[in-house]
Amino acid sequence: MTLLSLQAVTRRFGGLVAVDAVDLDVAEGGVTAVIGPNGAGKTTLFNLVSGFQTPDSGRILFAGEDITARPPEAIATAGIVRTFQLVQLFQNLSVLENIKVGCHLHTQGGLWSALLRTRRTRREEQEVEARARELLQFVGLEAAPETEASALAYGQQRLLEIARSLAARPRLLLLDEPAAGLSADETKRLSGAIRAIAGRGTTVLLIEHDMKLVMNTADTIAVLDFGRKIAEGPPAMVRESPPVIAAYLGVGHA
Amino acid sequence: MTNLPAITSRDPLRRGFVALPWAVACGMLTYAFIAGGYFVTVMSFAMIYAVFVIGLNIFMGTAGQVSFGHNAFAALSGYTSAVLTATYYWEPIAAFAAGLALALLVALVVGWPTLRLKGHYLAMATLAIGLIVYEIATQWQSVTQGYMGISGISPLAFWGYEIVSERGKLFALVLIVLLASLAAARLRASRFGRALAAIAGSEDAARALGIDVAHYKLAAFLVSAAYAALAGSLFVHVVEFVSPEVFGLHMVVLAFTMLYVGGIGTLGGPILGAVIVSLLPEMFRGFKDYQDLFYGAGLIILLIYAPKGLAALSDLLPRKGRA
Repeated sequence: MTLLSLQAVTRRFGGLVAVDAVDLDVAEGGVTAVIGPNGAGKTTLFNLVSGFQTPDSGRILFAGEDITARPPEAIATAGIVRTFQLVQLFQNLSVLENIKVGCHLHTQGGLWSALLRTRRTRREEQEVEARARELLQFVGLEAAPETEASALAYGQQRLLEIARSLAARPRLLLLDEPAAGLSADETKRLSGAIRAIAGRGTTVLLIEHDMKLVMNTADTIAVLDFGRKIAEGPPAMVRESPPVIAAYLGVGHA
Repeated sequence: MTNLPAITSRDPLRRGFVALPWAVACGMLTYAFIAGGYFVTVMSFAMIYAVFVIGLNIFMGTAGQVSFGHNAFAALSGYTSAVLTATYYWEPIAAFAAGLALALLVALVVGWPTLRLKGHYLAMATLAIGLIVYEIATQWQSVTQGYMGISGISPLAFWGYEIVSERGKLFALVLIVLLASLAAARLRASRFGRALAAIAGSEDAARALGIDVAHYKLAAFLVSAAYAALAGSLFVHVVEFVSPEVFGLHMVVLAFTMLYVGGIGTLGGPILGAVIVSLLPEMFRGFKDYQDLFYGAGLIILLIYAPKGLAALSDLLPRKGRA
């Protein structure tokens, strides 16, 4: 079943066409990767899907529903949660609290329940606490839940951001260059985490430069170049595709 | 809850650093009850300001926004309490309810359009509303009696029970501050408070997790305006007099000083800041002509060496065993 469907999505910045009539179907389950050289329009594509930018034309469907040009919080509510190329943690909060914020969508407490601390509120807080600790364990950060997020090493910050996104229980998780700035060792751990997330039933769509990570984790790869989709298919097929080789190595090698 | 780990620390020196400003604040309050007189008045003002600053801290410390105009909400509620009790003989509680409603209505009208914008629009709008309310207080003489002010306001009363003695008023104010602080602590430790703190950390990340940023900013603005309104009404009932100067720009400057000296974003900071800053002019009185000079220098030194304020003094010590 198709979970996310982009239909002729276009976005221009002045004279530049960052995303040019891209059609893309992301199947439910598994890992899909979007690759392409720098400036190919990958991040713009992510911003369009997550609502941080709006397309000039085209439609974006999620689980059959038109989510084109909805604001980010509405798209998150629909079930798409993203991470950022430059990690966007709540630096002022503890590791544990960062994940608790991620639970926002699936909890209800408002102003009055916070003031009155009803039994329901307390029970909800216990559930949030348990879920946050479980997710910390999932990404291997359970050692220091009270540490300020800003004190974590960069690789740990990436993992924390992913765990926080999972707390929102997305149907589709968008990862924007999750391996950027990670060591080879950390990338390997990340690769395992991404497979585990897909194994738990969350569909993953990722943008990535690290080809080893992409080849190891993705079931399907879409290749963008100058805003256009030039190839799509399983890793083995995309690797052999002449337009992809041309885009990555220059036309002379094709 | 940023100051909780420090309080629960087992390091005795660190504990001492955390406890010192609290010991001073509690000591001063106790001394006020024993000694009575002028000192009770100083501490009563400190407690009223504490209510104001606790609210401001929710908006500025937790949610990371800026407002230069919360004095407007104190003025709206304070004047409503004054006029309704002095001219129309309302019960103080009923008058406060009317003042609170008016302050919240104005906060809604100011906050609704401006909080949807990023940047400093809100700060500018709040500055304007503060000045506008001040102008109204001075010019609308048939109701506010202008610079003359309103006297004959009924004293602090709860359910028909009037509190007349200065010590009694201070005691009631301390209780109100504790309740106000408890409410703020509960808010901070909840889903609501986490959403505000998330907005302060990264608006984009908050939105990506489904938090309606404009909605929560407005909610934080209204909550802090309610605290300001309570402080405004308390002031007029405690002093039994009100004039425009009471809620002028001076109130904003003083509240900011208390917030930063006590520790912005901490739970205890507003109370500490309110007590210590209220005492500073008394402490520096001995310097006579140089009083303001020493007062200013003291503030600068504090903000350089303890930028997170008195509630986070223990941060000055080298940290051990940080993960």
